[in-house]
Amino acid sequence: MREIAVVSFAQAHSVRRDIVHNEVEILMPVVAEAVSSSGLTRDRIGFTVSGSCDYLAGVPFSFVMALDGVGAWPPIEESHVEMDGAWAMAEAWTRLQHGDIDTALVFGFGKSSVGELPDVLTLQLDPYMVAPLWPDSISVAALQARAMLDAGLCTEREMAEIAVRSRRDAKSNPFAQLAGDFSVDKLLADRCISSPLRRHDCAPISDGASAVVLAAGDVARALCEKSGRAPAWIRGLDHRVDSQALGGRDLTTCPSARLAALKAGVGDGPVDVAEIYAPFTHQEILLRRELGLGASTRINPSGGALAANPVMAAGLIRIGEAAAAIHRGEAKRAVAHATSGPCLQQNLVCVLEGE
Amino acid sequence: MARQCAVVGIGQTRHAAKRGDLSMVGLVREAALAALQDAGLDWKDVEALVIGKAPDMFEGVMQPELYLADALGAAGKPMIRVHTAGSVGGSTAVVAAHLVQSGQFSRVLTVAFEKQSESEATWAITPKIPFQPPLVAGAGGYFAPIIRAYIDRSKAPADIGLRVAVKDRQNAMRNPFAHLHLPDIDLETVANSPLLWDPLHYLECCPSSDGACAMVLADESAARKAPARPAWVLGTAMRSEPTMFPGRNQINPRAGRECAQAVYRQAGIDNPRKQIDTAEIYVPFSWYEPMWMENLGFADLNEGWKMTLDGVTAFDGAMPVNPSGGVLSSNPIGASGMLRFAEAAMQVRGAAGEHQVDGAKIALGHAYGGGSQFFSMWMVGAEKR
Repeated sequence: MREIAVVSFAQAHSVRRDIVHNEVEILMPVVAEAVSSSGLTRDRIGFTVSGSCDYLAGVPFSFVMALDGVGAWPPIEESHVEMDGAWAMAEAWTRLQHGDIDTALVFGFGKSSVGELPDVLTLQLDPYMVAPLWPDSISVAALQARAMLDAGLCTEREMAEIAVRSRRDAKSNPFAQLAGDFSVDKLLADRCISSPLRRHDCAPISDGASAVVLAAGDVARALCEKSGRAPAWIRGLDHRVDSQALGGRDLTTCPSARLAALKAGVGDGPVDVAEIYAPFTHQEILLRRELGLGASTRINPSGGALAANPVMAAGLIRIGEAAAAIHRGEAKRAVAHATSGPCLQQNLVCVLEGE
Repeated sequence: MARQCAVVGIGQTRHAAKRGDLSMVGLVREAALAALQDAGLDWKDVEALVIGKAPDMFEGVMQPELYLADALGAAGKPMIRVHTAGSVGGSTAVVAAHLVQSGQFSRVLTVAFEKQSESEATWAITPKIPFQPPLVAGAGGYFAPIIRAYIDRSKAPADIGLRVAVKDRQNAMRNPFAHLHLPDIDLETVANSPLLWDPLHYLECCPSSDGACAMVLADESAARKAPARPAWVLGTAMRSEPTMFPGRNQINPRAGRECAQAVYRQAGIDNPRKQIDTAEIYVPFSWYEPMWMENLGFADLNEGWKMTLDGVTAFDGAMPVNPSGGVLSSNPIGASGMLRFAEAAMQVRGAAGEHQVDGAKIALGHAYGGGSQFFSMWMVGAEKR
């Protein structure tokens, strides 16, 4: 396979409700920054691909106006997935394997604030048998958390500790939305919003965007030499999906994440940093196990999705944050993870390494 | 260098205004099972899936591929969901072909569908968005002024659209899967149908359909083991241009021209009109046949309508266009592009049944979307490149 690196990353400041900017206006400066800091100009981008979802903004073809904002003249080679930008990156990686182009721009964006996100996500469920019961995304995640507690795989205190750590780490992340020092005991004194989940167990609702630029082989090396960053080489990339049937799978496991980690080669070397997309605290515990991450791995130094969760951009942010740790020389080998669907139904794992 | 990719299995549903006999699951499985059977494969042989459809509001399910994963045997496999507006069926096939050409997988199942009876398509594509002028006209209302500009510019006779409408519906009589079977259609029937958006009459417009299309794409060694003749992918391309751009030529979009040229270059085509035996082109409104003939380089500027008038694009013409009946006869929007790609592959496999074009060796599949700013195309051949 051809060597591909993440050569730049940019993201928007995640906010609970951006009443000033629409999706395109949030996205435009992020794309401009990712492209300019890569050292490329728009005319040197070989392939453009994005991830977004119509149901967030309640608008069909929400990607259409984004493309106008990003710029597509003269015409460009372009594609779009109705998925998190992390999967758009997988498509770009595939396209770069052809060898006829060397660079790709990938972005993801979404304004969750336009609707009631937990209710909107209900519409991902079986439209005939499950969605009419209208379980919101927090209630669905609570089923999983309850199953894990009952199986003795985590405690409510461990879950609260993850929230405290994430919010503390987010203090050094200027793009995070929820940061600060909290006490585990105080958080645990809060009432459940959907038992056993308390507010701190759930990711905030965020508006945001993210973008990365990918480059192949020597083009990546030349760009990184100019920008002074270490190239973040994609050494492994895999994604898998599980059955959605909530009663048909063991919610305390995540076979798709486990398989993706295996195929991506997570266990082939030590992992310095892992950026995991866990929108609920118990899911970080589950994913650590399924991805095979040990105690020596620093989890979510950015604060993770518990500090900022712009749906459709947050998975790509995990890749960008993991790559940025390598760009800055803070990590030699990093793992990024993205998820989609109820109870971690679909998972992507990416292994990044410096030179 | 990209690896070879071939179509080894093709399936489609019977298309209809409402497939009340099937859920969404049943719809995608009807196409996918037919494609697997054609390829002589089972679900377990599929390594990855690429699913495509147009806006999720057409069914009211957000990212329905998540819920459909089980029904398509996707559990434990990679699955990608593509959405590029009306061109999506084509783009989905292109993304699937890339998974094979990149060397990642040897057998990929790709499925595109739309179950439009679950919702109301024109409602779903014309929402009221704050600070944007509402169109509230549907797709026909959007394209009619562009068609009028084409007629004005090309001096095409007024009945060209009627002729395309009749021709494609007559072709559909040869296609058992087509939604519309109108045995008695003639120029007069079309001309006497209600005028919806000048110059488009009711019978010059595509229907709204429930339907799905599926293909199994394979690398060379897997294609050699397939029970039926493969269709080799000779070239793929996608191109996009902005929606709101004053320099944009909406009658003859540059993105479409460049997309076609990219595919021709990969397939080694320098004279498309002579070298391509048949084409399945995305024609949702009758006049788009002559317009796309020019955009695709089959005809000189302002001369596309002559191909229709002279019968070049007819079923027995020199270069039949839409022998399946095309989008004018079946339009499950998300699948319409993939149906064009699949029908082109059926032609070069010699497997198109009653609508087989004699001796077809090279065929073009074409899809476009949005306000003609998104294009995807592929060229397939009976022999590999």
